[in-house]
Amino acid sequence: MAGVAIALGAGVATAMIGVATDVGDKISLELRRNHANLVVTPQEDTLDLEIGGVNLKPPSDGAFLNEADLPKIKSTFWRNAILGFAPMLPVSVRLGGANDSQDVTLLGTYFSKPYSYGKDNFITGVRTTSGSWRVVGDWPTDDSQNVLLGERLAAKTGKKPGDTVTIAGQPHVVSGILSTGGVEDDQIVAPLAVAQQILGKPGAVRRVYVSALTKPEDAFARRDPKTLTGAMYDRWYCSPYAQSIAYQLQEVIPFSHAEQIRQVEQTEGTVLSRIKGLMLLLTLAALFASVLAVSAAMATAIFERRHEIGLMKALGAGKAAVAAIFFAEAALLAVIGGALGFVGGSLLAQRIGRSIFDSQITIQPVLFPMILAIAILVSFAGSAVPIRRAVMFDPVYALRGEA
Amino acid sequence: MNSLSSHDSADQVAKRRSGSPHISMFMRMLLRAAVLRRGRAASALLAMTVAAAVATAMLNLYVEVQVKLRKEFRNYGANIVIVAKDGQVLPANALKTVEASLAGRGLAVPFAYVVARTSDGKSVVVSGTDLDQVRRLNAWWSVSHWPAANNEALVGARAAQVVSAQGKPFDLRFQERAIQLTQAGTLQTGAAEEGRVYLSLNDFEAWTGVAPTTIEVAASGSPAEVSTMVNQLVQAVPAAEVRPVRQIMESEAQVLGKTRATLLAAAILIILTASVCVLATLMGWVFDRRRDFAIMKALGASERLISGFFAGEAAALGAVGALAGFVIGIGVAAWIGRANFNAPVMPRLGVLPVILAGSVAVALIAAVVPIALLRRGQPAMILKGE
Repeated sequence: MAGVAIALGAGVATAMIGVATDVGDKISLELRRNHANLVVTPQEDTLDLEIGGVNLKPPSDGAFLNEADLPKIKSTFWRNAILGFAPMLPVSVRLGGANDSQDVTLLGTYFSKPYSYGKDNFITGVRTTSGSWRVVGDWPTDDSQNVLLGERLAAKTGKKPGDTVTIAGQPHVVSGILSTGGVEDDQIVAPLAVAQQILGKPGAVRRVYVSALTKPEDAFARRDPKTLTGAMYDRWYCSPYAQSIAYQLQEVIPFSHAEQIRQVEQTEGTVLSRIKGLMLLLTLAALFASVLAVSAAMATAIFERRHEIGLMKALGAGKAAVAAIFFAEAALLAVIGGALGFVGGSLLAQRIGRSIFDSQITIQPVLFPMILAIAILVSFAGSAVPIRRAVMFDPVYALRGEA
Repeated sequence: MNSLSSHDSADQVAKRRSGSPHISMFMRMLLRAAVLRRGRAASALLAMTVAAAVATAMLNLYVEVQVKLRKEFRNYGANIVIVAKDGQVLPANALKTVEASLAGRGLAVPFAYVVARTSDGKSVVVSGTDLDQVRRLNAWWSVSHWPAANNEALVGARAAQVVSAQGKPFDLRFQERAIQLTQAGTLQTGAAEEGRVYLSLNDFEAWTGVAPTTIEVAASGSPAEVSTMVNQLVQAVPAAEVRPVRQIMESEAQVLGKTRATLLAAAILIILTASVCVLATLMGWVFDRRRDFAIMKALGASERLISGFFAGEAAALGAVGALAGFVIGIGVAAWIGRANFNAPVMPRLGVLPVILAGSVAVALIAAVVPIALLRRGQPAMILKGE
């Protein structure tokens, strides 16, 4: 019974610690798939005149980033924290034939473009960074001339997937209808090359959205890197704050300005820290419940064996000898139960991870000695009082059954 | 094993006989069992209380976490945007209508926009809005100092480069009408807002005469409530387009769903562990009293009476433990709420019947198993210590 309780307690503790340490990462990963949290713009850009998602600034006005610099995003220190990026180039175009044309915004971007930097091969584009975009029909490929029509624009013009539209005098196939719930619903979304061709500026990119896994901002994150010295600077640079990742993006992309999108970054930072805090408190509650279960079971087990203790003492065993035997038993039980519990708890954590987050929850091997240590400690603590009482008792009463 | 020895005084015996014999004896045995074997009874009660407390806290949090996290998500800003149809402005009473539909379950903030020119001929977007409300709506805005006086403006970090790099007062012109503004503070958001100048709606309308074209709404409540709200707003303001901000609503639904699922899994694990612990303790407690059982049987008590006695005892323990645990659990949940969400978790009385039923059920199971085992044995064997 006591062994079962130890295994159960260790299992629950393992599973909870595993889930609690991973849940923040898992949720932020999902959020990062929904929207980017950093934006890179040209440093010397003229002011945008954006009202309700429509930019009134002439499209060729202002500065651009160079598309050829983008793979360098994957050369930053925190490249593994960067899940993806999507360049954006909005241009205004005339949609339709000579008689019924209208001015709309065409947004050039990557959909899912294979890229390689050094030995890294990766796929990036809006399908990685904007998980909430829905397409009826097919996504265009990045090397095609096909486009997506925003859902309100499509309703206005009565176009369906497979139709052909005239954009800036050229025919393009509408491969799908896009719904984002944002300004893109009134726009045309096309491969980046199409937008560059219309604008007549090959390689031009207006801004780049970057999705990166970050650590919630704290007072240290807000420090200006220019005022930091030596070791402090290194620590700031090597922490995955939104600020330090933005700083590194600015370093690798020439003439750029990178910044966190505060709406996304700040709000999610708070939500995530709340969830992490909650999970931490729950883990404590789980540990507490496990401790209670184990010590209660140990106490019961020893109480039931008081006859045995009486017999040992009657045969001449000293208090120390009796206590040693029981503590040794408790330790053995804790090691076996803890090991079984650890294995069971790891499996349980993986099941929880798969069913809730569709991904693995990895249990750190360093948790194993920790769980064993906790199990031994708890079973000792649970046995201490009953062993003490049993040892103090006169063997005669114990044997007679009047303990 | 001295629980039910017969050292009752004569008047106690007389008293016992005068009353309803069954009930008073039953109560007496229950009470004496609790008092005389208080060590074991206390440890069983403690286990029961802790288990009920943990279960109460978990269930309370599970119900409440949704409310708490939704509140955090409202910091994202608007989840519904009301935009005037192409080239028009919103009707003058639109904001009042929207606020009436919201009826206090959210925040509505009007925005008006124009493109103005600076003194050296550059264009900049100027927005008029209710600055106090914006401050509550968009908590993520990083503002050095909010405007308080008339003709003070909040200038976006990028716009500041254009209008007045040194933070001096600056002039703006819109259709031949000029205004002089002082820069109260700068605004950082990392998005389009940084390229704008924000004024109070009064200053803005006095200067440009342009009315709001957009109302941003942060509606509180579940996704179903928000979509009902969208439908109500479509009815209330037919002259405008009402758009839910899907990106935010989807993130919210996702995060809430996953958190609740994780919490549920954790709650099940923890409650299960606590129940097993209680089961083990209680079973040990009942089994330990096999001598009482044997004595009662030897004295001629029917098996039904004995089972009833043990079951009643266990149920009483379960109920007392559940009540005490409920109170403690509410305290724990409130503390977690305060520590983690900076807001207390409201006690849910609906949890009490669940906890009570669960505790009594666990206690009864814990009593039934040992009784079933004991029933098979002869009283004499048990008394002999076998």
